[in-house]
Amino acid sequence: MTKVTLTVNGRSMSGEAEGRTLLVSFLREELGLTGTHVGCDTSQCGACVVHVDGKAMKSCTVLAQDVNGASVTTIEGMANEDGSLGTVQQAFQDHHGLQCGFCTPGMVMSSAALLAENPKPSEAEIRHYLEGNICRCTGYHNIVKAVLAASGQDVSTLGVAAE
Amino acid sequence: MYNFDFVKPSTLDEAVAALGGEDAQPLSGGQTLLPSMKQRLNAPGVLVSLTGIAALKGVSMEGRLLVIGGATPHAVVAAEVASAYPALAALAGGIGDPAVRNRGTIGGSLANNDPSACYPSAALGSGATIVTNNREIAADDFFTGMFETALEPGEIITAVKFPVPEKAAYAKFQQPASRFALTGAYVAKYGDGVRVAITGASEGGVFRWTEAEEALSRSFTAEALNGLSLPEDGMMGDLHGTPAYRAHLCAVMTRRAVTAAR
Repeated sequence: MTKVTLTVNGRSMSGEAEGRTLLVSFLREELGLTGTHVGCDTSQCGACVVHVDGKAMKSCTVLAQDVNGASVTTIEGMANEDGSLGTVQQAFQDHHGLQCGFCTPGMVMSSAALLAENPKPSEAEIRHYLEGNICRCTGYHNIVKAVLAASGQDVSTLGVAAE
Repeated sequence: MYNFDFVKPSTLDEAVAALGGEDAQPLSGGQTLLPSMKQRLNAPGVLVSLTGIAALKGVSMEGRLLVIGGATPHAVVAAEVASAYPALAALAGGIGDPAVRNRGTIGGSLANNDPSACYPSAALGSGATIVTNNREIAADDFFTGMFETALEPGEIITAVKFPVPEKAAYAKFQQPASRFALTGAYVAKYGDGVRVAITGASEGGVFRWTEAEEALSRSFTAEALNGLSLPEDGMMGDLHGTPAYRAHLCAVMTRRAVTAAR
């Protein structure tokens, strides 16, 4: 076992990791941050997306020891300081961008990464960027709407139609 | 996955030394290696991470050659070579998804030589040179078969040098679940001729379609490919596409790449 120290959501946190310990396992089981989900465990579904040094990554396919010393942002770090929902989270709630909610942590983290790169994405750009995040409830339409809303754009023309 | 010892050197020399140990393997972005270890298809005793070696990262121009460090992630290539070599940037920006592109690296992709991966077609189609810790290997000699390369055990790809073509494009028929190429064609036009590399088709991995190269060297138009086709013998077949379908796609994607080349 090796000691791994990360700056998680602005706080320095340490724990023990084996060689094979995945970042997502380290966050959930060692640091107790269970907001990041393990969906497919094969780097396809995106439920485990976190930001490592500002870049979205699938934490089920990154070794904890390989990012020792990095700055990591998880879904727990997306709320405002007073505990209220952050902009992207609030937009997901306002526009019903989730059904069962399992994919939501990854969807929010990927959406935040998109908005950091591209503050006013088009609907097509949002759909393209979220291609590595799978929603088993097929709630994509409202997820896209939520991201558009979080970017401050008008969503009234999107309507409520299913895809 | 089975456990292993993990080491993360900060210099190339330390990495080479660590890879000299028994049962050691290099780890770059790990976007293929880690999933294959989870499936127990691979179980190294030691993983030597290359992600802490600054000298393996980054993009630069060396005369007319575009040089990309072996541990440079796809997202960095997509962003930083967009003006120097747009076709290569577009290819890098179409691999996997954004999170995979932030982690996966060019050296890892080339060393793995997946028969459906995108990067091998760019390296072969550009006549790139693969630089390792002890030699330079021409792309024509590098890809030796499905998941096989000319790399010796413990040899590390430090950089890839791309001659920048007059025009080029990559056309990929995406396998929608994996986002690998079901079949893809990389076409590059140089002053001394055209190169065409096909991925996602042959059981032998990426290959050059020499008949198409000759036709396109005479006339760089999609029409120049009329009547040309590849045989289905030796093509991969699976539930996503039969050998005949892939053989057909080779010509379709090559024509699309020629039309899109800029």
